[in-house]
Amino acid sequence: MSSTAPSTARSDAASAAPVTTGSVHSWDISTGVDGPGTRFVVFTSGCPLRCLYCHNPDTWRMRDGQPTTVDELVARAERYRRFIKITGGGVTISGGEPLQQPLFTGEFLRRCHESGLHTALDTSGFLGARASDALLADVDLVLLDIKSWDPETYRKTTGNEVAPTLRFARRLAELDKPTWVRFVLVPGLTDAEDNVDGLARFVATLPNVEHVDVLPYHRMAEAKYAGRGLPYPLPGVEPPDAALLERVHAQFGAHGVRSL
Amino acid sequence: MSTTTETGRTAEQGAWRGFQPGIWCSAIDVRDFVRANYTPYTGDEGFLAGPTERTLAVWEKLTAMFPAERERGIYDADVSTPSTITSHAPGYVDRENELVVGLQTDAPLKRAIMPNGGLRMVENGLAAYGYTLDPQVKEIFTKYRKTHNAGVFDAYTPRVRAARRSHILTGLPDAYGRGRIIGDYRRVALYGVDQLIAAKKAELRTLDEVPSTADVIRDREELAEQIRALGELKEMAASYGFDVSGPAATAHEAIQWLYFGYLAAVKEQNGAAMSLGRTSTFLDVYLQRDLEEGTIDEVRAQELVDDFVIKLRIVRFLRTPEYDQLFSGDPTWVTESIGGMSRDGRTLVTKTSFRFLQTLHNLGPAPEPNLTVLWSPDLPEGFKRFCARTSIETSSIQYENDELLRPEYGDDTAIACCVSAMPVGRQMQFFGARVNLAKTLLYAINGGRDEITGEQIGPALPPLTGDRLSYDEVAGALDKMMDWLAETYVDALNVIHYMHDKYAYERVEMALHDYPVKRTLACGIAGLSVAADSLSAIKYGGVRVVRDETGLAVDYVVEGDYPAFGNDDDRVDGIAAGLVRSFMDKIRTYPSYRGAEHTQSVLTITSNVVYGKHTGNTPDGRRKGEPFAPGANPMNGRDRHGMVASALSVAKLPYDQARDGISLTNTVTPSGLGRTAEERIANLAGVLDGYFDGGGFHMNVNVLNREILLDAMEHPEKYPQLTIRVSGYAVNFVRLTREQQLDVLNRTFHGSV
Repeated sequence: MSSTAPSTARSDAASAAPVTTGSVHSWDISTGVDGPGTRFVVFTSGCPLRCLYCHNPDTWRMRDGQPTTVDELVARAERYRRFIKITGGGVTISGGEPLQQPLFTGEFLRRCHESGLHTALDTSGFLGARASDALLADVDLVLLDIKSWDPETYRKTTGNEVAPTLRFARRLAELDKPTWVRFVLVPGLTDAEDNVDGLARFVATLPNVEHVDVLPYHRMAEAKYAGRGLPYPLPGVEPPDAALLERVHAQFGAHGVRSL
Repeated sequence: MSTTTETGRTAEQGAWRGFQPGIWCSAIDVRDFVRANYTPYTGDEGFLAGPTERTLAVWEKLTAMFPAERERGIYDADVSTPSTITSHAPGYVDRENELVVGLQTDAPLKRAIMPNGGLRMVENGLAAYGYTLDPQVKEIFTKYRKTHNAGVFDAYTPRVRAARRSHILTGLPDAYGRGRIIGDYRRVALYGVDQLIAAKKAELRTLDEVPSTADVIRDREELAEQIRALGELKEMAASYGFDVSGPAATAHEAIQWLYFGYLAAVKEQNGAAMSLGRTSTFLDVYLQRDLEEGTIDEVRAQELVDDFVIKLRIVRFLRTPEYDQLFSGDPTWVTESIGGMSRDGRTLVTKTSFRFLQTLHNLGPAPEPNLTVLWSPDLPEGFKRFCARTSIETSSIQYENDELLRPEYGDDTAIACCVSAMPVGRQMQFFGARVNLAKTLLYAINGGRDEITGEQIGPALPPLTGDRLSYDEVAGALDKMMDWLAETYVDALNVIHYMHDKYAYERVEMALHDYPVKRTLACGIAGLSVAADSLSAIKYGGVRVVRDETGLAVDYVVEGDYPAFGNDDDRVDGIAAGLVRSFMDKIRTYPSYRGAEHTQSVLTITSNVVYGKHTGNTPDGRRKGEPFAPGANPMNGRDRHGMVASALSVAKLPYDQARDGISLTNTVTPSGLGRTAEERIANLAGVLDGYFDGGGFHMNVNVLNREILLDAMEHPEKYPQLTIRVSGYAVNFVRLTREQQLDVLNRTFHGSV
């Protein structure tokens, strides 16, 4: 492994035995937002980033989650196997940051993958170094959230460095792992032309990336912040307008990158 | 089944030219005709035509009248002519240009009065909009002719009156037409009225040698009335210049004949739901023949369907503001069932199934006709995708599970109203509205006293005592209270339908049924998710009781978390299923009028708002007056794992114990279905496949943004055609009451976060 991941919350102790209990925020069945088809989605608790636009501040801390076993989750996913198959869906592990609990996440993915369910890993890539090759072998699709290209903007947006994410992206390319890149477009924060252009140029070098999801920033999480007594970090920022979205899509297009 | 004469059968150039003969030639059997002659279509929507100038011009004449109608409540009314099949002179929207003719009165949107159902409904309905009933009509219907409503109140018992007054029995069709009867209007086109009359006369003759008991006398009189009504149907058509005594010879005639049959029904009855049946694939046989003969092209075929649908969109009834409070938005439930599979394995989707849905694109979204797709995972992919696309663009379609319907009712089944299935022309129902199950639970706790008024309504059983509710005690008391409720309910329905048959018999609709007809007694329950969540809260969360000075339990404190219905959690989903099963068992023990088979639905339409208004605090934490969830929906905001988990809870309710249907309304934001139009179509079709595969019965699909609804509340004039699906039907959002609009807004929008 080439990178040294920043070691933030040490959750899974380095141990050979499979970790079968993790800290989980919730589960959901969603359609069309967390990978193809209808999917059983597990949201783990704990995330090393503090993105200004985060819409799940309730998943930041591992200790806020519910201790949950892989068995419970697999049994839950099993209930929806038929539904999932009919809709061309699968399971997605999201968060929080699932790679903050790599052994637990790996075990869940392994069990689902072995049982024939399509698996997706939704990650910021910041802790990508914690994903072993074995873990990635059990992943059919990575949803890689590259929050910004420009390191300065990345730091401002997330409080952390972009380099580990980019290293992880290259590694996924080397493994030829099908990947959807996600990019949250926040007016005044991530929308600079250079920033988008840099990301587009980078993604163009990754043949494993099927497309980029340009996700327009929304304010629906404001109530969650209020509910937790936290100040909302992006007061007054409006969702991007159609013109901005069009410009950004054109920028990806100019580099031959398909964006949705 | 009776034999028919053979008019037109052998003639090469006759009305039946080119049709494959079969049983349908010698007996009234439209299903057999369709099976022998239809052309399944498995392609996509590429062949469809847009609207013609003519279609748009006719439609614009009407849409120009809608704002005034919306503003005043009704456009106009005829206050002095009780409506019959032949009561009004011909009316036209645009005589030179319309292709399908016939209106309920002599002018479009002018409402007729139908006092047979009840005079008060007519008087109040007129008064609400500034009209006064002709005093002569009032005199006739008070002095000389009794109404259904008057008959019912002569025979109601004190117990029924009390239950009705306290809103535990609700929305009963005792002051208005019961509806939910579907005449087989296709018969008019296929056979012509003379053959239908001949068949009815043959049916009447079967009673000639049968002893004249009360039942037989009533049957004979009804058949005689049916024959008379068919004569009036011919007379009414003749006033428009058409002779419908023989079968229709072209697609244009088939649509016109069929529509005359339906028009006769809506001139005679102000039924709560006046559904159309399953006509599109039947009409396709005619359209296909004309296309093959080269007498029409696709543009003309679509134009005929568009014009027909325009007529269905302007069916109007005069109703009271109280009625609208329950069922807002002027619904008529002109339900048309589309698609499904044939028992022989072929799909019943034809090009005309597409043409009917295409009207939503050609004329814009609309609540009526209530387009209902009978969904099967085996439907052709092209049709599934067109349905999904149309749902996403118009929110105007509802879906029902053909895989549950076909084994039970056969493959010529249509939906009446929202979710009530019946084989067309062979079965009818006695519509029974619904009981308030949440309130029943409160009665159980309070020993039959009403939680709002304190009045003793139910049987005076010992009220539950103690600070905390015990699940076993509550369940036991509820069981007893449900016994009383079922008995009172069936009693009320028997009175209602006896009197409806007597004073407001659906002559022409029943003339388009076989004799003898199968009948069901369609009971129903509202507040299921409130009741189930309340029991779950008592069992798993712990509930403390707050009583007033008279000892009446008036509030509840939920002490801990409890599993709520709508999360695919068997603990509470099992409670909900158990309530459905148990109430059905109880209903079945009380004899029904005319031996009707007992059924029930889990459906509220928009009345969930009013029922909630009349129900006190409940042990699930719901506050007094707050709306129930519609139909079988989980309570707003309590389904926390997405639309699919929520739907799968509902799918666990046993359809074999709720054969009159189980309604689920889902609202999803466009982005909740995927990023691209293509993805959304595939994903919605997948969710429908998955839900119906999982045993779900019905799903309303709204694809909407909350922002649009908010804007529509503030600026209704900008959204005249904004259509949304509510429990079992569709409405113009801007015609809902403000309370109902808020209820829709407060419902879970799946995918919004």
